[in-house]
Amino acid sequence: MTDKNFETHEHDVLVIGAGGAGLRAAIEASAAGLSVGLICKSLLGKAHTVMAEGGVAAALGNVEPRDNWKVHFRDTMKGGRYLNQWRMAQLHAMEAPDRVNELEEWGAIFDRTHDGKILQRNFGGHTYPRLAHVGDRTGLEMIRTLQQHGIHTGMHVYMECTLTRLFTAGEGDDKRVTGCFGYWRENGKFVVFKTKAIVMASGGIGRIFKINSNSWECTGDGQALAYLAGAELMDMEFMQFHPTGMVWPPSVRGTLITEGVRGEGGTLRNKDGKRIMFGYIPELYASDTAKTEEEADLWLRESTTGIASKAKRTPDLLPRDIVARAIHTEVKAGRGSPHGGVFLDIATRRSAEDIKKKLPAMYHQFMELGDVDITKEPMEVGPTGHYTMGGIKVDPNTQESRVKGLFAAGECAAGMHGSNRLGGNSLSDLLVFGRIAGEHAAKFAKSVQAKETDKGAIEAAEKEALAPFSRDEGPNPFLLHEDLMNQMQKYVGIMRNEADLASGLKEVERLKDAQSRISVTGNRHYNAAWHESIDMRNMLIVSEAMARAAAQRKESRGGHAREDFTEMDKEHFAKVNIVLRYGKGGDMELEEVALPPVPDEIKKILEEKE
Amino acid sequence: MADKATIRVFRGNEDGGEFKEYEVETYTGMVVLDAIHEIQAKQAPDLAVRWNCKAGRCGSCSAEVNGKPRLLCMTRMSHFAEGEAINVTPMRTFPIIKDLVTDVSWNYEMAKKIPEFKPRPRDADGHWRMQQYDIDRIQEFRKCIECFMCQNVCHVLRDHDKKKEFAGPRFFIHLATLEMHPLDTLDRRQMMKDDFGLGLCNITRCCTEVCPEHIQITDNGIIPMKERVADDFYDPVRWLLARFGGKKKKSLPIVQSTGDAGEDTHKTKKPKKTA
Repeated sequence: MTDKNFETHEHDVLVIGAGGAGLRAAIEASAAGLSVGLICKSLLGKAHTVMAEGGVAAALGNVEPRDNWKVHFRDTMKGGRYLNQWRMAQLHAMEAPDRVNELEEWGAIFDRTHDGKILQRNFGGHTYPRLAHVGDRTGLEMIRTLQQHGIHTGMHVYMECTLTRLFTAGEGDDKRVTGCFGYWRENGKFVVFKTKAIVMASGGIGRIFKINSNSWECTGDGQALAYLAGAELMDMEFMQFHPTGMVWPPSVRGTLITEGVRGEGGTLRNKDGKRIMFGYIPELYASDTAKTEEEADLWLRESTTGIASKAKRTPDLLPRDIVARAIHTEVKAGRGSPHGGVFLDIATRRSAEDIKKKLPAMYHQFMELGDVDITKEPMEVGPTGHYTMGGIKVDPNTQESRVKGLFAAGECAAGMHGSNRLGGNSLSDLLVFGRIAGEHAAKFAKSVQAKETDKGAIEAAEKEALAPFSRDEGPNPFLLHEDLMNQMQKYVGIMRNEADLASGLKEVERLKDAQSRISVTGNRHYNAAWHESIDMRNMLIVSEAMARAAAQRKESRGGHAREDFTEMDKEHFAKVNIVLRYGKGGDMELEEVALPPVPDEIKKILEEKE
Repeated sequence: MADKATIRVFRGNEDGGEFKEYEVETYTGMVVLDAIHEIQAKQAPDLAVRWNCKAGRCGSCSAEVNGKPRLLCMTRMSHFAEGEAINVTPMRTFPIIKDLVTDVSWNYEMAKKIPEFKPRPRDADGHWRMQQYDIDRIQEFRKCIECFMCQNVCHVLRDHDKKKEFAGPRFFIHLATLEMHPLDTLDRRQMMKDDFGLGLCNITRCCTEVCPEHIQITDNGIIPMKERVADDFYDPVRWLLARFGGKKKKSLPIVQSTGDAGEDTHKTKKPKKTA
């Protein structure tokens, strides 16, 4: 192409996003001998994976020999309240140990057991100590390992490049990706990538909530780009509010506190000093959760010192949706901490030395940003928007979306976690499905010829991206984003009801209109306002999808809680996923799709007892 | 803390620029990055700054405040006395792209030149056994968040611009990690000396002082590497042993055993060129 408005690059496989899933996919596609481009919005190694703290879940059986993939699979399905795509959960549980061992081969240095193997820790919803970890900075270790291996595989990394459109050719079932369009953040110049296959690995959507643990990047770009290109979104109503975000001071509200604090013995208490979680044990988990503090403490003491405990688990480590709602309820009932959270106490549970050794980043974070010494005082914590179980609907075996040649892996893909993700399952998700997506994208790329992208589509993308500069006046994109975050927090947050969801949708409509009128000044060089105006389109798409799906699902399950339908619906909603797609007139279409049938041998595994 | 603070921010690009003064409302716990975001949202929408995690974990928001390298997300506004100047400038060692954003791509090129980890074979049962006390030191090095503030403050790079022949503290720490890794089989000492300019470091410890992860870069990383290189190349007894003893370097006492002797892993591998 000779158009001087943009440069062009060509690769067999293009990976969008350089967190754990993107890096792993790019490594796999490179290993297949193809030309691979890896595109990221930030610098390499800064993706949100670095914020993962507690560990990567894999049934290695190093600490508890009884652990195996079947137990992990069962825990994952139960945690997701059986709305997971069973095949994805199975593949994940089966392959995670290999993926963790492979990281070690590439230089990762996990904490060790006494006999020198990879150490594993307890986490919410996992029957056995299962999380391979490095203190409380496991994500950093993982991304650095993948990065240091990846740059030696021949892949080409494009940093600080934002994509705004995917290009496709063909219609209906023959629709296929041909490339994508974007801009360099540095100078605002446009770039076109031509490719045979794309792996979308762009991460989450946390920035649509006022209180969230996510970085600026988590704006739902991949979900929105895929949706606009004809792929389907699924399970968008399920948003994980991590139970323990910082609540004070305001500057750090929402910043994540690892579940590892509770894995290492931390307990949640209300303002009266009472341990709250004993009052919130749901039926589903009643048979394997301790009812008394004595039993919970015995389990913690034994399982944190490498003893295979016969006691039942502490309720502090129930799955995240349950704990988050418990905290929400305590605060609403007036039993919260001074700044609207509850107390998380590790100070009275472990020695100062242990805390600093096991949770150094938490210690540091509270000391520097919160003026709290967690070896002496409890932390104040509350739910924070953290992770979306929803995303691009993919084939469970190949990770391919409805659009041919468009694959998705990691947080931006749906299906693996059902209605609620267990802690530690995201890092293993990235590795397992990053690899599978990379493998199948490479296979696809080898099987087809590159296709030209229609010139008109490129021109349209260029026009769309430049539109905010063409208006002399209009809304400020930063203030619109703030507005969206507040509306989503208020109406589509941790507790939902029909009236609120309707209001939420109305607000999204209002903001969509405002977004189309945004005006930006200055030039295209590293212009934050311009970048924000483009990200807003994506955030509004995922916000609308979440509100619509949430209104449709008239029950409470995992990361979707309704005040007007407080129970799980076993009859109807237990059997369907909600799917959204770009309709003919540009409206969002919604459909309930039946869950795939579970084969008998898998049913048997699900019904086995430990 | 006052309700309002005045911040001076460098605005400009590679051709030059100037300080612009902004007034922001302050609140409890506010950090300099919050102030920059306030300015961006309400006063200067095209102000350029890098950031990601806002929790001191990703190392994106490195800049200089009153001339000292800092992570903007970890620098509390309350750190400054009322009326004290707060001047925010980009890292000086790297070319400016715009405002507070610098071109740090040199670091990524350097990273590619370091031959990657190459482990010995696994134990018979498929595990690799390492004792925790054998990896405590390198786990300290692995805490590095690549904020590049050590690179920014190192005078070999900052004042003498030896980017062609000197890898800088960030990569000495990476090389030290590989060198001290109980499983690694490659020998990178020749490269450290010849290609990465380890000898140019004169241990002023500036890097250690600015490390937000408190890694003992100089004492635990650079000095032991200097010792290994010195032992290997400048100790006459060892030099003679290596030269006439007919032994390969990897069998010198300071190196871990390789598991499978006779492999070509003994040689320093030239880094693969990537596209």
